[in-house]
Amino acid sequence: MSAQLINLMASLMLLIAFAMLAQRRILSLVYLFAWQGAVLAVNSLIVGWYTGHHELYLSAFFTVLLKVIALPMVLHYLIRRLGIQWDVETLINIPATMLAGIALVVFAFNLALPISQLAETITRGTLGIAIAVVLLAFLMMITRRKAVPQVIGFLAMENGLFFAATSATYGMPMVVELGILLDVIVGVLILGIFFFQVREAFDSLDLKHMEKLKESES
Amino acid sequence: MYPFDTAPLDLILGVVLLWLLIGLAGLARPTSLRFVSRVLFPMGTVGGAMLLLVAVFAIRVEPVSLVLPLGLPDLPFHLRLDALSAFFIALVGAVALGVSLFSAGYFRQGEGTVPGLLCLQYHVFLSSMVLVIVADDAYLFMVAWETMALSSYFMVTTSHKIAEIRRAGFLYLLMAHIGAIALLLCFGVMHGEAGQYTFDALRSSALSPFWASAAFLLALFGFGAKAGLLPLHVWLPEAHPAAPSPASALMSAVMLKTAIYGFLRVTFDLLPTQIWWWGVVTLVLGLLTALFGVMFAAVQSDMKRLLAYSSIENIGIIFAGAGLAIIFHAYSNPHMAALALVATLYHCVNHAFFKSLLFLGTGSVLHATHERSLGKLGGLIRNMPWVAGLSLVGALAIAGLPPLNGFVSEWLLLQAFLFSPGLPNPYLNMLVPLGSAALVLAAALSGYVMVKFYGVIFLGQQREEKLREARDAGLWERAGLAWFAMGCVALGLFPMAVILLLDHVTLPLVNFTLSAAISGSGWLLFTPVAAERASYSPIFFLLGIAGTLLVTFLAVRGFYHGRVRRSAAWDCGFPEQTSRMQDSAEGFGQPITQIFEPFFRVRRQMPDPFSRRPVYFKTNEDRLWYWLYLPIARANERIASWIGVLQHGRIHLYLLYSFITLLALLLFVR
Amino acid sequence: MTLDIFVSFLSQLTQTLLVVLIAPLMLGWVAQCRAWMQNRSGPGILQPYRVLFKLLEKDAVLAHNASPLFRSAPYIQFGCMVLAASVVPIIETNLLFAPAADVIALVGVFALARVFSALAAMDVGTSFGTLGARREMLVASLSEPALLMVFFTPLLIVQSSSLNTIVDTLAHREFALYPSLAFAAVAFVMVLLAENARIPVDNPATHLELTMIHEALILEYSGRHLALIEWANAIKFTTYCAIGIALFVPWGIAQAGGWQVLPGAILALFVKLGVAGAGLALLETISAKMRIFRAPEFLSMAFMLAALGMLTLLLLGA
Repeated sequence: MSAQLINLMASLMLLIAFAMLAQRRILSLVYLFAWQGAVLAVNSLIVGWYTGHHELYLSAFFTVLLKVIALPMVLHYLIRRLGIQWDVETLINIPATMLAGIALVVFAFNLALPISQLAETITRGTLGIAIAVVLLAFLMMITRRKAVPQVIGFLAMENGLFFAATSATYGMPMVVELGILLDVIVGVLILGIFFFQVREAFDSLDLKHMEKLKESES
Repeated sequence: MYPFDTAPLDLILGVVLLWLLIGLAGLARPTSLRFVSRVLFPMGTVGGAMLLLVAVFAIRVEPVSLVLPLGLPDLPFHLRLDALSAFFIALVGAVALGVSLFSAGYFRQGEGTVPGLLCLQYHVFLSSMVLVIVADDAYLFMVAWETMALSSYFMVTTSHKIAEIRRAGFLYLLMAHIGAIALLLCFGVMHGEAGQYTFDALRSSALSPFWASAAFLLALFGFGAKAGLLPLHVWLPEAHPAAPSPASALMSAVMLKTAIYGFLRVTFDLLPTQIWWWGVVTLVLGLLTALFGVMFAAVQSDMKRLLAYSSIENIGIIFAGAGLAIIFHAYSNPHMAALALVATLYHCVNHAFFKSLLFLGTGSVLHATHERSLGKLGGLIRNMPWVAGLSLVGALAIAGLPPLNGFVSEWLLLQAFLFSPGLPNPYLNMLVPLGSAALVLAAALSGYVMVKFYGVIFLGQQREEKLREARDAGLWERAGLAWFAMGCVALGLFPMAVILLLDHVTLPLVNFTLSAAISGSGWLLFTPVAAERASYSPIFFLLGIAGTLLVTFLAVRGFYHGRVRRSAAWDCGFPEQTSRMQDSAEGFGQPITQIFEPFFRVRRQMPDPFSRRPVYFKTNEDRLWYWLYLPIARANERIASWIGVLQHGRIHLYLLYSFITLLALLLFVR
Repeated sequence: MTLDIFVSFLSQLTQTLLVVLIAPLMLGWVAQCRAWMQNRSGPGILQPYRVLFKLLEKDAVLAHNASPLFRSAPYIQFGCMVLAASVVPIIETNLLFAPAADVIALVGVFALARVFSALAAMDVGTSFGTLGARREMLVASLSEPALLMVFFTPLLIVQSSSLNTIVDTLAHREFALYPSLAFAAVAFVMVLLAENARIPVDNPATHLELTMIHEALILEYSGRHLALIEWANAIKFTTYCAIGIALFVPWGIAQAGGWQVLPGAILALFVKLGVAGAGLALLETISAKMRIFRAPEFLSMAFMLAALGMLTLLLLGA
């Protein structure tokens, strides 16, 4: 029963990662990220319950606090202050992106097969999915033009790594987790300030304006 | 088992001789259309029928060999007829029967070549294809291969007064020879240390995996160039439309299959083992070719070019099946290998039938309307009901719709794809089922293409005034078309009979027969793997639909009425409906161009709002021509111009060249 | 032996007639649910039957240049749909005609009906007919690969492409969460919407010709021909819902020849179809119709979900 629930959570993570890849609206991306955090927290709870590693409860609590409540609120605020909540992003050709996503998923699954045979956790089957989520988030960062979705992609990647840690080794040592969470908070704050500067310099958050920097050198 | 007294190979050679004699007889009275059409071509038809009959029985018999003392003094012709050859000979015979029957009523005077000469080229073409298939040594194979290319070249350039057709012929001949060079190299590689070039010697020569792979790649290149595999396909859309329709039918239906025959012969028979990545390369190329062919077919506005691209698509499907068979064979899964091979061979014969049917149908349309462009046809179902009805069978068959034959081979191929997880390589395990989606996309798009083809030519309103005078095809032509249509229906309704024949072919190649697994399902149900795994009954299908049709028709007439009133078309109340308002061929292909734009090279010219005579055109061109062929051609010209420096017309320098060569020979060669 | 065959034939006939007769009811139920969700009183569940009878009474008006293909296409479509309804295990498995077609042949039957309707639309040669034909074939070409990938997942689980075997096996396993089947189910719903011309791919109640896909195909039909086509579409819709139910929620289906379980199976079917219809009505109410050139994205998303389901099955074994 536990294996089935964990498989279900893993599939939901994969689904959300794919949905993020295909999403055009920035606000929907933030909501999807919040859902991903929620799935992650539930997954930690389930694994904690069935294996008796009680620090996973704490980790789930922090995940909910940070990734379901705090970060989405910060991102929402950022988006509203930057005035881009109605922006619709033109993606690079959805079907091609999807095909690349599928190829990454196949690659990640094949990568994980020998490793999952070695691991001894109950979640070992989901390592492939975790790697796939990381790769998909990376792909999402590559195929986006505006700045805020790229940040969300980076955060999604971190979610994927966290999921991988849960599935391979029942979570990381508490110190490491707290450290990573702190890094994430600080990173988002700095990026937020950065975006305001970018917007002042170029009047838009489209990252292709960054290319102008090289001309201003000469 | 085998009802004739003479050995099958002798009978086949007899038919070849008959055809050669008929061809030569055409030279006796070259300008007499009557003699050629009413006497010679019907005799050719009889030859085709003989071939079909003999070959179908010969498939079950042991292989027969023969050595003919023709050819060079130390290199006699070796011939061999085994199950694989017999199957392809049957294919040649069946198609030759129908096409010769059609041609008896087709050829007209004044088409550029005199009828007698055309008769010679036609029958030499047929004979050379048969010789390619029964050849048992590399020498006869290449001689027959070249003859095939030459005779078809002459047929392609029948209307040689048109510059475009000459250019198409040149391209065709060029690609044929590039392929032939690759084949020669392939035979050379396989030859290794053996003294002879017979296929027996090639079979037994020991090849390291490196050289075996080299031979395979050369064979893929050489046979792919003849079959029209990507990226060696550029000649096909030029050459097939340029030839007269019976020649196009023969080229599409039979000549491409001789290339498939050669490929299967080299890969499964002559090469000692198969390596799995060969299959992957073939599969990938096949799927890409299929998608390419069907996408380009969807945007064509010339009916014969559309059919040529559709041939490319089907060749892609055949190669994909062959690739799958190689993969399964390399991983020692004989059941699946047999299934994939059966699907491939079945598709070969299916394609031969429905492509011939369609090409011949377009031939009739061309003769009735003198138009090849889809923009000038339309509504011909009223004037040419026979051609329209029989072409409908062909169009439905190509689209892969049950209960006709196209569906059976696609169904078999999908079964082979579906049960592929079970391969030891995990990447292949996941990627091969995804490849089946490409196959289904190609099949679905071919439905699109066929609705366009049939709808624009035969349905709708007539786009030109003169179409009103179009008359239906003659008796001979109808007979030829009917033969192919019946073949499509029969191959679709009775797949079991064909599988039983194909078993004899797969047994020596992959060591498995499907009928061993089918046991006891009878002729009604078609279960190539096992009854609870997959089953299909085309007869039930047809009976179900026809039965319901009848019952509904009678019930509606019985309970209600069958009154019909005629009036103008509704079209949402628009009063003026001209024939220009219906979709043109370009319009029908527009969604495909828009969705798959990166694959086409679209050139558009938009009308200028200020010009007095605004012009709009849009062409879809082949990117590979600009990426691959033109750069190679230009590099070629550049190198040739460097070498051309040697030629300057001064006699003493030419004498100097000879003098230096003489000195060098005297010095170095003792 | 012959009694067995007779009994099987009878149950086959029962299923076929049942589906044929309740198909318009299914359409009426979906329309009624939509009306309730949009806060209006709808036309009543039996409205499609009234429409059918009205159309059957009327004369068939054909264009001057309509060919025999045009006249016979409605019958062919009806025949194909009835065959499809006979083959899918709806109220019981192991029917007499079930081995006649597996899932791939089922897709082929739908394709056959669709090609004939497209050809008939091109027959009269009006602008909207040909427009509808090419759009319909476009959506079809893109939804067939997605549909095949959807079928792949249950096929791999059960190692069989016969719908019978799939339903039999899945119905008698103990309840388990199969995430791969969940993905396939979502993809199947998307393909169902595309193939049956529902929102968001096509609006079945539209009157604007430039937004029509399916309606444009039947513009020229009237009288009994139109009645047969509408009926065939209703049967197609019901059969698609039944396929979805058979693949993803198969519990409650009867085994062949089990007379006692049959009423229970029929009741279960009605309940499932009712829920499915209400769910589809909800989906239609909350979505808007897409531009035609967004349809390929929609369908490629369905394809990706289905492929994802298959890959998840291969990785997780569930």
